[in-house]
Amino acid sequence: MSADLKLTDISRASREPLTHVVNEELMPLPAPFDSPGKDKSWKPLAPRTIEACECSLDNTCAVSIPRPKSLEEEQVLVRQFAAGLDKLFSKENNWTFLQPLILTMEHCTRCQTCADSCHIFEASGRNEVYRPTFRSEVLRRLYFKHVKGGGLLSALQHGDIELNWPLVARLIELSYRCNLCRRCAQTCPVGADNGLVAHELRKLFSMEMGIAPKEIHDNGSMLQLKTGSSTGMTPAAVKDNMEFIDEDTSEKTGIKIETPWDVEGADVLLLHNAGEILAWPENPGAFALILTAAGIKWTLSSEMAGYDAINYGLWYDDAQFARVALKHAEIARKLKVKKIVIGECGHAHKALSVIADRILTGDMNVRRESSMALLRDIVMSGRLELDPSRNDFPVTLHDPCNMVRLMGVVEPQREILRKICPQFREMTPHGVDNYCCGGGSGFAIMSGTNFPDWRFHVAGRKKLQQILNAFSGCLEPETPKYVCAPCSNCKGQIRDLLAYYDLWNKHKILYGGLAELIVNAMTAAKPGFIEWEWH
Amino acid sequence: MTALLYGWIYACLLVSLTACVVRALRYARYPLHLRWELYPVPHEEARRAAYGGSRYEDTDWWTRSARPNLLGELKAMGCEILFLKGVWEFNRSLWFRSYPFHLGLYLLIFTGVTASVAAVAPALTPWLHPLYKAAGLAGAVLVLAGAAGLLWRRLRDPKLRNYTTPGDVFNLCCFIGTVSGLLFAYGSQSPAAPSVRAILRGLLAFDTSLELPAALAGALAVAAALILYIPMTHMAHFIGKYFTYHAVRWDDKPNRNERSLEAKVAECLAYKPTWSARHVGADGKATWAEVATTNPNTGTNK
Ligand code: SF4
Ligand code: SF4
Repeated sequence: MSADLKLTDISRASREPLTHVVNEELMPLPAPFDSPGKDKSWKPLAPRTIEACECSLDNTCAVSIPRPKSLEEEQVLVRQFAAGLDKLFSKENNWTFLQPLILTMEHCTRCQTCADSCHIFEASGRNEVYRPTFRSEVLRRLYFKHVKGGGLLSALQHGDIELNWPLVARLIELSYRCNLCRRCAQTCPVGADNGLVAHELRKLFSMEMGIAPKEIHDNGSMLQLKTGSSTGMTPAAVKDNMEFIDEDTSEKTGIKIETPWDVEGADVLLLHNAGEILAWPENPGAFALILTAAGIKWTLSSEMAGYDAINYGLWYDDAQFARVALKHAEIARKLKVKKIVIGECGHAHKALSVIADRILTGDMNVRRESSMALLRDIVMSGRLELDPSRNDFPVTLHDPCNMVRLMGVVEPQREILRKICPQFREMTPHGVDNYCCGGGSGFAIMSGTNFPDWRFHVAGRKKLQQILNAFSGCLEPETPKYVCAPCSNCKGQIRDLLAYYDLWNKHKILYGGLAELIVNAMTAAKPGFIEWEWH
Repeated sequence: MTALLYGWIYACLLVSLTACVVRALRYARYPLHLRWELYPVPHEEARRAAYGGSRYEDTDWWTRSARPNLLGELKAMGCEILFLKGVWEFNRSLWFRSYPFHLGLYLLIFTGVTASVAAVAPALTPWLHPLYKAAGLAGAVLVLAGAAGLLWRRLRDPKLRNYTTPGDVFNLCCFIGTVSGLLFAYGSQSPAAPSVRAILRGLLAFDTSLELPAALAGALAVAAALILYIPMTHMAHFIGKYFTYHAVRWDDKPNRNERSLEAKVAECLAYKPTWSARHVGADGKATWAEVATTNPNTGTNK
């Protein structure tokens, strides 16, 4: 079905989906999942969803855009899109990414080198809709036709496309079928960037049309700016939770810890993804223990948003992105800390260290560094006594795209693992060539309609393949195994992926962060910090 | 007739060059963008560049030198420009078509330059003549073979069907037609016809007494037209590529509060966006700086 698909089909008036992913076509996995046809069945979209929402891309709904009620309503939406398109290519509205975007629009040679590098395209069985250039080529044609005002000659040179509501509706969904991992961009001979295209389309939909998945907008960046955290945790709640974590960690390890709050002039302001505090309390607990034991003068902040490093704007909206980044910097500036250290959260690393770098001017430019580097220094300095035999089980490492390919933090986490995990083994490929976990760009927290089925069958499939391969030879349930994912979102995706395929019960594959492995090896702490239980 | 041909060639070269400069200036003048680098970045410290690491692997990285590793960058550029390393690594079957094509073009440019040197410095001709003759012939054959291979792939590979426009086919046909025309014109001319060096000398001196066979004059006119056409299309990716690499992929320069950078940022923050979604709060009067410091939940700076 997908092989016959034409690019221009995206404007097809019918509500029939352009494609339908079937298990038989999926990329085969290693045993015991080597028959894609026998993979878990998908939850079909409810008739009510099909009736009420635009699901005409691939029988999956991530954004669940309500269907326009009339032709007039459709036309209004198309006009909004066209206005947004112009703004996307204007410096007043999009100075933030204008140059990279135009370069990508004007220089793709349509050679398809990028296609083989995309885990989504490969895992889907090379479904044409998910080819990295499919959405880019649609935007490119719209750019030359509507922004540059090209006529017949331009259409012959760049191709033609009809702008209508079916195209816009499908493009909205399609912009959420890319993890923004930019692995494709890494392989492009001319430096065009299909990940950027998805990013920019999402911005157009959010910033002009007010359309974004509710998990990342309403319940994400908006909630963070309202309550202080996308988890909904208020400053009072976060202090309560951390107090509980301190008690629990002290009890588990036998080392008394107390998280310091709002310490003016501290050397380190530690910024966690607040999801850790609720979902994986052992991670902030481990950090508290390590920093305290290493004698670092550190603090957490209880200011609104100062205790949640997330910045979902990075994935879909420049205004929301800038607002959160400025809040983080402002909090650090007011506290007069020497530096911000970003916890185990990949997108927060990238957002605050790299993307926000140029808007943090003057005294807002508080220095920011990766917790990977700090943990590596602590581990290598010998300040903690570590016993690698406590971590004598197979460990593999997932490289969060934001931290590794997009920021170049590659070795520190490996140095630690090589020192404290005798059975550490790499995934193939790894480092800057890694594959996304499939949860990147917001997918890990998006669970509307049947999107999780797509997230695990397609987006996460390559990572699952890598994990199974890394543990080939020790897949038996008698050997507990650990996937180290030093990023909250990746951890969430890997948790859900392992649960979906029941890999904990069947093969004893657990997941967790990096700090937990360090504490697990600390001789000063009681053994067994890592509890071999599913969570 | 010869004067007309000279005029056409000069006009094409001039317009082509101007179009390249205009394009490059347009790209260079876009406002500062947010950082969007992609690792490996070859001007990182050599040991790090090898695996794609960055300064962010160090604690207190801002206290260390920010001097880029220029040698690493030059090496990466050289491999990319001279050997199309990216295509070799990620798309081997394309490389076997694309590389001959690009190498052929380099050789033809080399031929033009060396033959021009020979034209103005006749004493060097005995050394240069065999060089540019071989380079010209090899270049033409490689361009032909490469373009034919690329065209074949475009027309036969089903996965390219969606991504091939009439323009792509036309562009490749232009190269095949032009180079075949030049080869035919040279191959079929009489021994008394002017040599490449003589034509270039005539062109440089605007010597209209030179008599060119009609086929050769026609082939040269078409070749000039192709040179004029290239910068009008995405075939100008040699310009775009400079920016995609240096201004995006490898642009990892951290903000160390330099005045020049901060001035550029200030200019951008003073732009007045007009995005329509309510939460953005852009009414065309508020600046980016104001939008970025407004809480969409309250509409205030809280
Ligand atoms: S984005 Fe790059 S690799 Fe992909 S088709 Fe375009 S030029 Fe080729
Ligand atoms: S950014 Fe990643 S997910 Fe998106 S198209 Fe490229 S490789 Fe695929």
